[in-house]
Amino acid sequence: MRTRRKQRFIVVALMLAGVSASVGLTLKALEKNINLFFTPSQVASGDAPGNVNFRVGGMVVVGSVERNPDNLEVTFDLTDTAEAVTVAYSGILPDLFREGQGIVALGSMRGDRFVADQVLAKHDENYMSPEVSEALKAANRDNFATPDPASDHNLTKEPAN
Amino acid sequence: MIPELGNFSLTLALALSVMLGALPVIGNYLGIHSWIGFARPAALALAPLVGFSYLCLTVSFLLNDFSVAYVANNSNTRLPLIYKISGVWGGHEGSLLLWVFILSLWTGAVSLFSRGVPAGLGAIVLSVLGMVTAGFSSFTLFTSNPFERLMPAPSEGMDLNPLLQDIGMAMHPPILYMGYVGFSVAFAFAIAALVTGKFDAAWARWTRPWTNIAWMFLTIGIALGSWWAYYELGWGGWWFWDPVENASFMPWLIGTALIHSLAATEKRGVFKAWTVLLAVVAFSLSLLGTFLVRSGVLISVHSFASDPTRGLFILLFLGVVIGGSLLLYAWRAPGIVSHVRFGAASREMAILLNNIIFGILCFAVLLGTLYPLVMDALNLGKISVGPPYFNFVFTIIGFPLALLVGIGALLHWKKDRIRRVSPGILICLVLGLVTSISIPYWLFHPSLGASAGLFAGSMIIFLSLKNLIDRTRPGNRIRAIIGTPKGILGMVVAHLGMGVFVIGVTMTNVYSIERDVRLAPGERYRIGEYHFVFDGTDTISGPNYRAVQGSFRIFRDEEMVARLFPEKRTYLVQKNPMTEAAIDSGLTRDLYIALGEPLSGTTDDNQPWAVRIYYKPFVRWIWLGALVMAIGGLLGAADKRYRRSRAATLPSAQPESGGS
Repeated sequence: MRTRRKQRFIVVALMLAGVSASVGLTLKALEKNINLFFTPSQVASGDAPGNVNFRVGGMVVVGSVERNPDNLEVTFDLTDTAEAVTVAYSGILPDLFREGQGIVALGSMRGDRFVADQVLAKHDENYMSPEVSEALKAANRDNFATPDPASDHNLTKEPAN
Repeated sequence: MIPELGNFSLTLALALSVMLGALPVIGNYLGIHSWIGFARPAALALAPLVGFSYLCLTVSFLLNDFSVAYVANNSNTRLPLIYKISGVWGGHEGSLLLWVFILSLWTGAVSLFSRGVPAGLGAIVLSVLGMVTAGFSSFTLFTSNPFERLMPAPSEGMDLNPLLQDIGMAMHPPILYMGYVGFSVAFAFAIAALVTGKFDAAWARWTRPWTNIAWMFLTIGIALGSWWAYYELGWGGWWFWDPVENASFMPWLIGTALIHSLAATEKRGVFKAWTVLLAVVAFSLSLLGTFLVRSGVLISVHSFASDPTRGLFILLFLGVVIGGSLLLYAWRAPGIVSHVRFGAASREMAILLNNIIFGILCFAVLLGTLYPLVMDALNLGKISVGPPYFNFVFTIIGFPLALLVGIGALLHWKKDRIRRVSPGILICLVLGLVTSISIPYWLFHPSLGASAGLFAGSMIIFLSLKNLIDRTRPGNRIRAIIGTPKGILGMVVAHLGMGVFVIGVTMTNVYSIERDVRLAPGERYRIGEYHFVFDGTDTISGPNYRAVQGSFRIFRDEEMVARLFPEKRTYLVQKNPMTEAAIDSGLTRDLYIALGEPLSGTTDDNQPWAVRIYYKPFVRWIWLGALVMAIGGLLGAADKRYRRSRAATLPSAQPESGGS
């Protein structure tokens, strides 16, 4: 009887240890893989972290897209109408990437440029992602009308290169 | 006229489902037999009513009746016939109608095929399904009515979202919903058990085939979605940890746990309360998935519609269903006690570990999916959780699970000795090690990750085959295998599918080669032993789109293996560009080409393009594995002991004591 009880205790203790270890690892992994969102104004004022990946969103400034004709490198400016940040990306842009449209980029700051690993564009002509529309609103509350963000939130993703 | 008939029919279905939700339960409580007897015919009548309503919407699509707002928003005269039929579920309102229709099919099936279930219990099961139907049909009628008219009617429709004009996406929602909604049956059985207090082996036996079938559909549905994303989104990923994918994956994880714990409950009478809880949670997660997708709280390719009142309705419904059933559970579950003991090395212990691991995996997905939403709702900042989180968790926790799969299935119920199974495990261990080391060396290059994944996957396969060999006698093995009880065969097949899946995921993740390159017509690019030659582009037109079509030839050792024609389409109505990848598929590798963007700024013929060229080894094994898993689930449900009459099944209920 005693040995059986002891055995059962060991089994339960092992399971508890396994569960706590897995949950601990999960939380740790979550903590390491969270990407914060910043507006171009916040980036310009130096609020964004230096060497950590984060997301930045805004409108692509018309006329700012420059493609290197020999490879897939491209740069463009992203604005929330108050400030702008230059984004550098190497790879294929999403189908719905266009000048004057809202996009979100994931990457990190290298000097004064934002180097993107991933560029996300919304998947509908008429609407923009809520982050971008809120960033625009925050930057220019009075005289900038944004499209209705509640109606569609579709994004297509482009992978890291 | 036709849309009004559809609306009327759906209203009738709502009224009937409210009665079905109320009368049999009250009848059971008061002992009014005619009210209990109302359940079966009423449950059977729901499907024709909702089906007729669904048919009316389909006819409106076929007749291009753009005076119906939903048709105007999701169709077009030039839309091909098949997408007019699948367009019915291409938007929010129609997909809800499909939800209700499928629920009515499940309800009718339960009414037809569970004659062996005692009348009282069966009536409550059908009643619970009636309540769910009432909830969803009123949601459809009052917040998302697909039959609403548009005045004045436009002369042309807005066309179906181009992403959905595809055969994979046409099949994905109905099959996924069959799975989602199918868990409502296990849920209804669980609630009925809580109400009546009957938790014997017979209860588990009645619930098992329904759960298996729902799980099978969910597995195929998720696999179809993954396959669709792979070729249609144009960048070759097969799983994105997108919240909507997670929404369908969480019920699958808990559903898998449920299938296993139901087996233990049926065979040994253990984990009763836990099994009931899993059934409740699996369906709650299906509802949560519907809420996440349909309320518009997510930012995702899948969220086709959103509206705050709809969100509020689903949230309320979710609160009532989950809160109500958990309250019922808290009230009744303490009365369920299992006195059955089992040893440290036993099938029960393996299933317990399986349930713990699937529970943790589901928790991890739930956390990663809801955490950003909660942070946003509390105004604590906008964050996103990246795929590395999910990949890490599933690698670390999935590895021991893979080892458990094969070994657990070898163990006997109740009490077993490790010494009995260890020689077999040792042989498989050696085979697994040889496979996991030799294949990377032989086909690719050494990689620790590849070896670990191959080891996990091949161990599942070898141990499952060993299990099958143990259970059959030498001689005519094939015949012996066919003669094996379908339940056991189903288990082995599903596990084999898991092994195939793990190998597919491993090889694709480790050995894929993905290049974004600039190619001018006439240029070639080499990946491994394959040469991709770009021959230029052409302009073509389809029924409702125009496209730039690239032309590629692929050579291996100067021998042409494929010609591929990827397209960049622009649909005439919605104007959005769409990437149509071209894929040369095979059992051991896919060659994948997608047009990126024209680099000269024009889409004229024969200009340089940015092109994605991918080499994806063993990627087909991912969906093949899922398909094999689903076949396993179907085999399990086909076991003949589920078809025995009630008289034959009841006396075989498990004794409640054992072990000590």
